[in-house]
Amino acid sequence: MNTWLAIGVAALAVYSWKFIGTLVPARFLESKRLLQISQFLTIALLMSLVGVQTFTGGKGIEFDARIVAIVIAGICLKLKVPFIGVVLIAAVTAALVRLIF
Amino acid sequence: MTVGSGSLKSVSVSVGVATGLYGISFGALGATAGLDIYQTVALSIFMFSGGSQFAFIGVLASGGIGSLPAAVTSSWLLGVRNGFYALSLAPILKLSGFRRVLGAQLTIDESAAVSTSRESHSEQVKGFWFTGISVFVFWNIATGLGFLLGNSIGDPKQFGLDAAAAAALFALVWPRLLNLLGGFVGLVALVSAVILVPLLPPGMPVLAAAVLAVGFGTLISRWIK
Repeated sequence: MNTWLAIGVAALAVYSWKFIGTLVPARFLESKRLLQISQFLTIALLMSLVGVQTFTGGKGIEFDARIVAIVIAGICLKLKVPFIGVVLIAAVTAALVRLIF
Repeated sequence: MTVGSGSLKSVSVSVGVATGLYGISFGALGATAGLDIYQTVALSIFMFSGGSQFAFIGVLASGGIGSLPAAVTSSWLLGVRNGFYALSLAPILKLSGFRRVLGAQLTIDESAAVSTSRESHSEQVKGFWFTGISVFVFWNIATGLGFLLGNSIGDPKQFGLDAAAAAALFALVWPRLLNLLGGFVGLVALVSAVILVPLLPPGMPVLAAAVLAVGFGTLISRWIK
């Protein structure tokens, strides 16, 4: 498979989810249960990504500086540090942990 | 100021800048995966979904040209959640025609998160567009810069850019974790995604964990009632 072709197909495939989502009739979301499911799904997908991006690397579970960074980020969020501050502090934390150890 | 409070424009720009940090690491990794600068930036413009893009270059970096079909599949699977964002945003945005084509492309984690964190309808609509456009601009500029910086900064991990990515998603979902059910769903998702990574092909653990967590959350919420 050609790289450009792969990029094109993948981009279209990702876009198709976004577009199909807008076409589903609103009445599907009027039920309280479906609304709750869609809210849960957002939380679940984002937290799954947090998990995968913090505790895994390649194809396996990996414990490294990212864990320290995410714990510090959690403390910052608890202390109501602004969004950009949380992200920067997490990056600096991971960089420092890697520098020291 | 968290994602849910503060002036909408400053929130949108903050989210864009923060995502930009993540974009720099994407650009740098695109270089190491063997793509050229046009291919890397094309992914950011046309795919425009961080998780899917990282999956694409991640699979490509580990498996080379032969792994392109797997790279396409995993980025496609990781893009599913955007469809659910589009679904839940549809009654708020009421898109049609050209705005639907454009709005669909801007339907990503960040625009959905900012939109749903606002109280009033007009702020929800503005939150979506401001954040979507802000992230698009910063993300693409950062991708190009990241590619160019790629060789000179060496490993993006050295600067903690991988941790910045995780922290950004964590900060986005944080306000939704503050009630018992939301926190429970989030925890189940995180733990099961991590456990599933060694067992399933790339892209699948996130989806499987999300389905599992939503199932548990729905069961528990019924049981509480």
